[in-house]
Amino acid sequence: MPISDWFKAREGRRYTVASTDKAADLPDGVWLKCPSCKHTLYQGALNDNLSVCPHCGHHFDMPAYDRVLALADEGTFDETEALVSSLDPLRFSAAKPYATSLASAKEKTGLAEAMITGRALLGGHPVVLGAMDFRFIGASMGSAVGEKIARAFALAQAEDRALVLAIASGGARMQEGMLSLMQMAKTAAAAERLSRAGVPYLSILTNPTYGGVTASFPVLADVILAEPGALIGFTGPRVIEQTIRQSLPKGFQTAEFLVEHGMIDGVVPRSELRDTVGRILDYLCAQDVPEAAVGAVCAVPTEDGEA
Amino acid sequence: MARFVMEFERPLAELEAKLIELKALDAAAELHLDQEIAELEAEVEQLRVTLYQALSPWERVQVSRHPGRPKTQDYIETLGSDVFELRGDRTYGDDEAIFAGLVTIAGRRCVLLGHRKGKNTKENIRRNFGSPHPEGLRKARRAMLLAEKFGLPLVTFIDTQGAHPGLEAEERGQGWAIAENLATLAALRVPVVAVGIGEGGSGGALAIGFGDRLIMLENAYYSVISPEACASILYKDASRAPETSACLQMTAADLVRLGIADEIVPESLGGAHRDPGAVFAAVERAISSALDSLCGQEVGELVEKRFERISAIGVFTEGE
Ligand SMILES: [Zn+2]
Ligand SMILES: [Zn+2]
Repeated sequence: MPISDWFKAREGRRYTVASTDKAADLPDGVWLKCPSCKHTLYQGALNDNLSVCPHCGHHFDMPAYDRVLALADEGTFDETEALVSSLDPLRFSAAKPYATSLASAKEKTGLAEAMITGRALLGGHPVVLGAMDFRFIGASMGSAVGEKIARAFALAQAEDRALVLAIASGGARMQEGMLSLMQMAKTAAAAERLSRAGVPYLSILTNPTYGGVTASFPVLADVILAEPGALIGFTGPRVIEQTIRQSLPKGFQTAEFLVEHGMIDGVVPRSELRDTVGRILDYLCAQDVPEAAVGAVCAVPTEDGEA
Repeated sequence: MARFVMEFERPLAELEAKLIELKALDAAAELHLDQEIAELEAEVEQLRVTLYQALSPWERVQVSRHPGRPKTQDYIETLGSDVFELRGDRTYGDDEAIFAGLVTIAGRRCVLLGHRKGKNTKENIRRNFGSPHPEGLRKARRAMLLAEKFGLPLVTFIDTQGAHPGLEAEERGQGWAIAENLATLAALRVPVVAVGIGEGGSGGALAIGFGDRLIMLENAYYSVISPEACASILYKDASRAPETSACLQMTAADLVRLGIADEIVPESLGGAHRDPGAVFAAVERAISSALDSLCGQEVGELVEKRFERISAIGVFTEGE
């Protein structure tokens, strides 16, 4: 299953590139090696460059706060729902107690949950902006993440702000069992409501985006962007390889692969994201959406029988 | 055909075999073993009750996967009438892992969807063991929209290990297909009744598996991840699935307790395959009463209630 592969894949990666992939966790003043071009990088310089390798353009994982600051107009991000965080409703204790994982994720990241949301301006447009943080239990979606996402959709609708979400996730948070699977339905329901209200929604898929998260709110956006080289899919590559008993083609499940297969609108380097999103919002936010167009994609007759 | 014996049933199967042997011996040699036979029969009955009356989550998973367990096709054949199958997604192909059709069930004309496991290897290969590709999920979505357009209630049967984990499924947007179905189901302007009849494997199950009511068969499960996959992540050992199946809280009773399922349809002792007739009748009654209460509702209210029901799922804190 998707998540399983994730954790395995990550372990494999850690093994081959040692600690270099964890750039986000390291303080300034540390030297690290780019896993792609092998250049030695100074952490401070990397941070100044949006966590992108200045030599080869490799996109490192980006912490959620860095992400919203990089997207929002300067000084405009105002966090909402900061106190929403996970409980351990199943008292899940297989292998490692979930409560322990939660506590160490909070300590390691300084975050209350794997996602932050807030109001901001982006290219001058009022938006609701959200970002997921892979360092927090693989940015998996449990009840708290699902709730924050649902509230972000509701806020966007209530205040008629476009919604912009930066995604990264290993999938559903299995330590919350069916409560986490149902967050897929909950967030998809919220996305559908916003869509019918005619409020623009953009998602930015970053490395990695997998499993139950891919299969819910992120891919329901009006426009879907992705960062170069980001791996995005439903089932993880290792599980697929086990199923088909052969190795996967080079570039499988990359952002570029998804453009080719018609699944996303474009691959946009991190340095150009703010501008690109701003330009799209110039189109989508400018007009008043005519009443008749709202929900028209689904051709849903209202009670009065009008389309 | 020899009866399929689940792992946990072995002690019972051995005892039953002994009983048959004893009876044959008695008949052949006229040994007058009536007393012994009666005792053994009582022992078998006792063991049957202790074995089946409190199944562990892992035992229920085995029951849910029993090859003789009634499948979507059996429910349609038994409870449905005037069946017209809807085929194809109008874009790529017809995925037989999903059944879609116009079916009269519980006295109502409905659109019916179900994961379709096969009865034998040949059928299973054609139907991919009930694991849909994107085109199967898109066919399902087409059928959902058709139900909405013509005001027909939607009834779904959930029975899959999950969406197909393959290369082509990814190329054609497995995640996209699931997400579209979730959005469509959430806002569909007709009653939606989902019935968990066997396996409920994560996103591929959810893609046709929620609505205004979720009815679960007693031994059906519904889970975010299969217990084996969960065990191989957490313990690097799939054989520890009995432990993870308990941790994941994926049984019908768990789902009711978590506020996700509404109702449990009891199965005959030992599982639905022991007395399918009783289970068919109970499922029909459950669908019928769900539709009775849903079909009278004003549609705006129905959709709003469904949205609230889905939105309320989750346990979190807003404190420090
Ligand atoms: Zn580099
Ligand atoms: Zn729609």
